[in-house]
Amino acid sequence: MEYNDMELMICLASRYLEDNSIVVVGTGAPCAAAMLAQKMSSPRLMIMFEAGGIGPMLPSMPISVGDSRTFYRGLAASSMPEVMETCQRGLVDYTFLGGAQIDQYGNINSTMIGDDHKNPKVRFPGSGGANDLASLCWKTMMITPQDPQRFTEKIDFITSPGYLNGPGAREKAGLPKDSGPYKVITNLCVIGFDEETKRMKVESTHPGIEKQTIIDNTGFELLWADDLTISEPPSPEELKCLREEVDPYKYIIGRA
Amino acid sequence: MENFNKYTEARTVTYKPAGTGKLYTDPDAEKAREYFRDTKPRKMVEKATTVEKAVKEMIHDEDYIGIGGFGANRTPVAVLHEILRQGKKNLGLAGHTATHDFQILVAGNCVNRCDAAYIVGLEARGLSKGARKAVESGAVELCEHTNASLTWRYKAAAMGLSFLPVRCMLGTDTEKYSNSVEMECPFTGAKYLAVPALYPDVGIIHVHRADVYGNCQIDGIMIADQDLARAAKRLIITTERFVPNEYIRRDPAKTVIPYYLVDAVIEVPFGGYPGNMAYEYFSDEEHLKAWLKAEKDPDEFKAFLQRHIYGVKNFNEYLDTIGGMSRLQELRIQENLIEK
Repeated sequence: MEYNDMELMICLASRYLEDNSIVVVGTGAPCAAAMLAQKMSSPRLMIMFEAGGIGPMLPSMPISVGDSRTFYRGLAASSMPEVMETCQRGLVDYTFLGGAQIDQYGNINSTMIGDDHKNPKVRFPGSGGANDLASLCWKTMMITPQDPQRFTEKIDFITSPGYLNGPGAREKAGLPKDSGPYKVITNLCVIGFDEETKRMKVESTHPGIEKQTIIDNTGFELLWADDLTISEPPSPEELKCLREEVDPYKYIIGRA
Repeated sequence: MENFNKYTEARTVTYKPAGTGKLYTDPDAEKAREYFRDTKPRKMVEKATTVEKAVKEMIHDEDYIGIGGFGANRTPVAVLHEILRQGKKNLGLAGHTATHDFQILVAGNCVNRCDAAYIVGLEARGLSKGARKAVESGAVELCEHTNASLTWRYKAAAMGLSFLPVRCMLGTDTEKYSNSVEMECPFTGAKYLAVPALYPDVGIIHVHRADVYGNCQIDGIMIADQDLARAAKRLIITTERFVPNEYIRRDPAKTVIPYYLVDAVIEVPFGGYPGNMAYEYFSDEEHLKAWLKAEKDPDEFKAFLQRHIYGVKNFNEYLDTIGGMSRLQELRIQENLIEK
């Protein structure tokens, strides 16, 4: 079955969300991945939103992480401190982030382009809850297009922490131990993080994607897994569910 | 049984300024206590007023304000429009997922400083050109924060403290451009970030129902409003509807903001429009899109603001400009997921 990049990324991301785990998501692709996971393999996946929505029966894609869809027939309509403190207590397994730039340690910039904080070339929204989730959840994932501007050696502003400048840096900074970036899912490949160096390591390349294409679209040197594989494409069942139940109006999958 | 008294042995604790950002509000808990002692109403008296009067009497140039809700969800839009009409200037703002609220305030050049967790964007809807320009030009000075850190700054104030230790922001540029201080836990020695309590001069919150004394109930998520209401020196409430005090007493577990926190309360039906009000009406995506589009052309935007804010007397007249009750009823139907 044919599929587009967005469909592929959402399906790959959804497979990491195992049953009976807790994920905090935003709007867009991460929310679609969580909904797909719930419907395909992880019916008891607990979805939370940072503004306070807990365990909704999502009737459709929320347009804001605080809109009423995020607690529609939910288990609890709580508050932002409730969700953020649940993250800080170590109860949240996964989260998804996005950003304008990312470096080899998985640090993310969603604040600004330029080198003067007072007069940025381009200003983005900033952290929102991203820094909090990247600091406090166990495993952080990204769903993002891959190009050399986005995957860059030095990002202009570290909004949200990855592994900062390498092994041990998160702990030294005071961030909870054993937390950090987990997977980066792009339109070209799935990237994990090397245990020793905490640098990005490609784990699987998407069907039809050459290694060189991935290198050309990355602004820093990537590591490659010894057991590099081909990403498992979406199954017909996943695609059917994604297109008919999760995102029937193609709000997300229509963007590719 | 394990003895944990090792944690209470004498030790030296270090503190290190971590951010270069300015402190826009006084975190001093003693001063806050005195303020609350001297000005907060103990007596349950009627506080019903008008938006015009509340803004005139309670919001002054250079005040620092905190806005309830979440950007375009349960946002006190009527008060924000009135702030523009009265031409308030040099306000400080807690930019805690500030989306449409930030967009409105910068459209009126009302803000000159902001504790910024999330600004210039409208989440999935895109970025606001007007808000970006205000920040990129330096017209609005920023101190970086995160949603959790601002929430916890409100919470510190709500607890009557001057700071809270937290575990976010550490190690990042967000921390570097914030106004926080790195500290060691006096018990465990763990490294934490101390964020200063945030006591805004004015808090503005839109709720589902309130009585004329200011006892308020909110349906759905609270976001950070339970703490903002307690942290604010002055608190303005707009409510979808007034209910008798007897109604509040029927379900007291739902009363999240008791009267003694409240200084003014105003009934503003559809007061969260064009945002989403849980169980009442969905956000007006077309109107929010129109805002984003109008911002792209200065002349068009001027006319847009004239049509919807400056050229109308009050919020009811604004609602007339967007299609009145017919449009609002469509949004009520959308919110309640009623199939056509």
